[in-house]
Amino acid sequence: MKEFQIKKSTKKYDAVIVGSGAGGGMAGYVLANAGLNVLMLEAGPFFDPIVDSHQLKWPWESPRRGASTVRPFGDFDAAYGGWEIEGEPYTKTDKTEFEWFRSRMLGGRTNHWGRISLRMGPLDFKGKSYDGQTDDWPISYDDVKPFYDKVDRLIGIYGTKEGMENEPDGIFLTPPKPRLSELFIMEGAKKAGVKVLPGRGSVLTEKLPGNNDRGVCFNCGQCSRSCKVYADFSASSCLVIPAIRTGNLEVISNAMVREVITDKGGKATGVSYVSRGDLQEYQVQGSIVILAASACESARILLNSKSNNHPAGLGNSSGIIGKYLHDSTGVSMSGFLPQLMDRKRYNEDGVGSVHIYSPWWLDNKKLDFPRGYHIEYGGGLRMPSYGFGGSTPMLNGLVPDRQGNLKEAGGYGASLKDDYRRFYGTEIGMAGRGMAIAREDNYCEIDPNVVDKFGIPVLRFHYKWSDAELKQAKHMQETFTEMLDAMGAIATSKPKGPEQDYGLLKPGEIIHEVGTVRMGDDPKTSALNKWNQAHDCKNLFVVDGAPFVQQGDKNPTWTILALSMRTAEYILEERKKQNLS
Amino acid sequence: MNRRDTLKALGLTAIGSTALLKACTTDKKTSQKIGKSDLGATSGREDFEIERINELNDEKFFDKHEMATITILVDIIIPKDDISGSATDAGVPDFIEFMVKDIPEHKLPMRGGLKWLDVQCLNRFNETFKDCDSKHQIELIDEIAYPNRAKPEMAQGVAFFNRLRGLTASGFYTSKIGVEDIGYKGNTPNRWDGVPEDEIIKYKL
Repeated sequence: MKEFQIKKSTKKYDAVIVGSGAGGGMAGYVLANAGLNVLMLEAGPFFDPIVDSHQLKWPWESPRRGASTVRPFGDFDAAYGGWEIEGEPYTKTDKTEFEWFRSRMLGGRTNHWGRISLRMGPLDFKGKSYDGQTDDWPISYDDVKPFYDKVDRLIGIYGTKEGMENEPDGIFLTPPKPRLSELFIMEGAKKAGVKVLPGRGSVLTEKLPGNNDRGVCFNCGQCSRSCKVYADFSASSCLVIPAIRTGNLEVISNAMVREVITDKGGKATGVSYVSRGDLQEYQVQGSIVILAASACESARILLNSKSNNHPAGLGNSSGIIGKYLHDSTGVSMSGFLPQLMDRKRYNEDGVGSVHIYSPWWLDNKKLDFPRGYHIEYGGGLRMPSYGFGGSTPMLNGLVPDRQGNLKEAGGYGASLKDDYRRFYGTEIGMAGRGMAIAREDNYCEIDPNVVDKFGIPVLRFHYKWSDAELKQAKHMQETFTEMLDAMGAIATSKPKGPEQDYGLLKPGEIIHEVGTVRMGDDPKTSALNKWNQAHDCKNLFVVDGAPFVQQGDKNPTWTILALSMRTAEYILEERKKQNLS
Repeated sequence: MNRRDTLKALGLTAIGSTALLKACTTDKKTSQKIGKSDLGATSGREDFEIERINELNDEKFFDKHEMATITILVDIIIPKDDISGSATDAGVPDFIEFMVKDIPEHKLPMRGGLKWLDVQCLNRFNETFKDCDSKHQIELIDEIAYPNRAKPEMAQGVAFFNRLRGLTASGFYTSKIGVEDIGYKGNTPNRWDGVPEDEIIKYKL
């Protein structure tokens, strides 16, 4: 036997799915439940929250006390990986910035998110007709609504019916009640004219009708660690593991996909991957191939899948793949509520998703930027973790001490120890998440000079914020400052000026990047049709964030789930008609 | 599951719930098919994370003199009082030894800061910090513990003390002693039903 050879599996699956996150998980769930024989490839290890979650651990159970040294969102966060992964680089060009968060594990990046589950609204799908600033999707809210409804019923989401046109209601479980600091935020918001609603999150605050496999939230507030009783949505616990249980879906873990294989006629026949364990090359076959590797990774796989029929990469006769990359905007500010000093202690962990949030509430005709942003709020008597009390030696110089005297900031000893207690639970944070315009000149492409440790050519990013996003960021800071003031808080972060992009985070940092393999009716300006099916290759589908034409100010997960379900049902229909073979 | 069944299932997770999964693979890197018959897996840590912790534990950074100095300093920052023990009672010096290896950006400023402190003391009191009497120790700490009023020539000491104070608070309040001191009541199954009525009245909400 030769030392290196490609190991080809002879088994032909009905479908091969690349990726096990929200998009891949949903497609796998629908197809496996319909009786198809499905193979799912995951680039990282298997992960089941019931055994792998760090839920209910105390800070001292981590030698670094939860610090973010190896996991960007803390040592107990469920997500493996992060912005940098050893041996798997990406590059940037023209001095632009893009941060690419990758979580190579079962469930993908559903292991890291706030479970904030917002539907895109009618305007989000048809922005062009609203203000001419963005491209329209080939589908409307009405096309997606039935699938949002089904996702709500299948996975569960809490919220309240509000009847707002572009913040569509769903089928909701009971939302959690606000915490003490959130009541102050709500008062401040009211004075500042900012609308606040109960949160919308994919956490089972009550029993999910018809589902006996998942538990009910017991209010530990640790969704970010993933839930051992499956009370929150992770693609692993809610989709992939139930799909495995049907007996129709198998997962190959640690399988890093290199490219999609096509036949002489240009049709997809399977994928090739390299195993992280033995570093050998493997090929598996499927009647259809579904990519859900994340917006940028799916674009990378397609661009690396070159053949005579697809010289610019599979499905890329339009040259559009990689373009229109866009992430949500993000700006944060923080403060503390002096009126809450020396507050009473009780368990207010609540749920791990938001208890309250602000949907976009303003009329753009009176503003100098298009569309808008929503606001997420945080605070409360949280579990101490690395960094705890870091601000106390600054805060203690801002307000009078117990005797009513202003004292010098800083200190040590009994007096400082008393201050740590006094300030605990007084801090609050607010974070805006807004719409960024999808632009052709924000893109990822294959770097001609760099490969990763598997020999796979890597992505090179080019991304610049425009005036629209900068003005939105400026507006966020003004809003947050006004709200902090109105609720009687003292700001602990200062608004940033134009030299710091008004506090706007780097593109990629919000981890909502989408748009790289966009859908459309015209094969010249899109790679996929409205069913997420490649224009150039009828048995190839993409079901992650890549097909998005234009994101709203809504976190993309719920839309990825709805569109993946819609595509999976379309695949079942087309198979019946034998249109895919 | 309803709420009662949920809490019951949570209690079972330590040994694996009945409905779910038996253990299979121990080799986390191997690509292998995971089908219905062999769900379940590992410990929630990637191999490199465990290796890293072992390596850090094998490494020793601070020498005996430095550790003795840190021990005195952290108890000046967080002493024992009526409510709880001191920073050393909570194991803060060992925590700091681990953290400077885990976040190596701490290493140089910590080592250099300790040295800065000793040289200041030697010049003023003819002893290293650890061997000074507590009056002299506090005299020096007072000059670096208040960033806004510290003299410009003490700026390096202020930066060192800020860092040490942060590490001390991190280590103390994430220990069992510290969590009890600060009064965190969560991390346990609960039923959140909104802000207690007496709080609503107190804050006129």
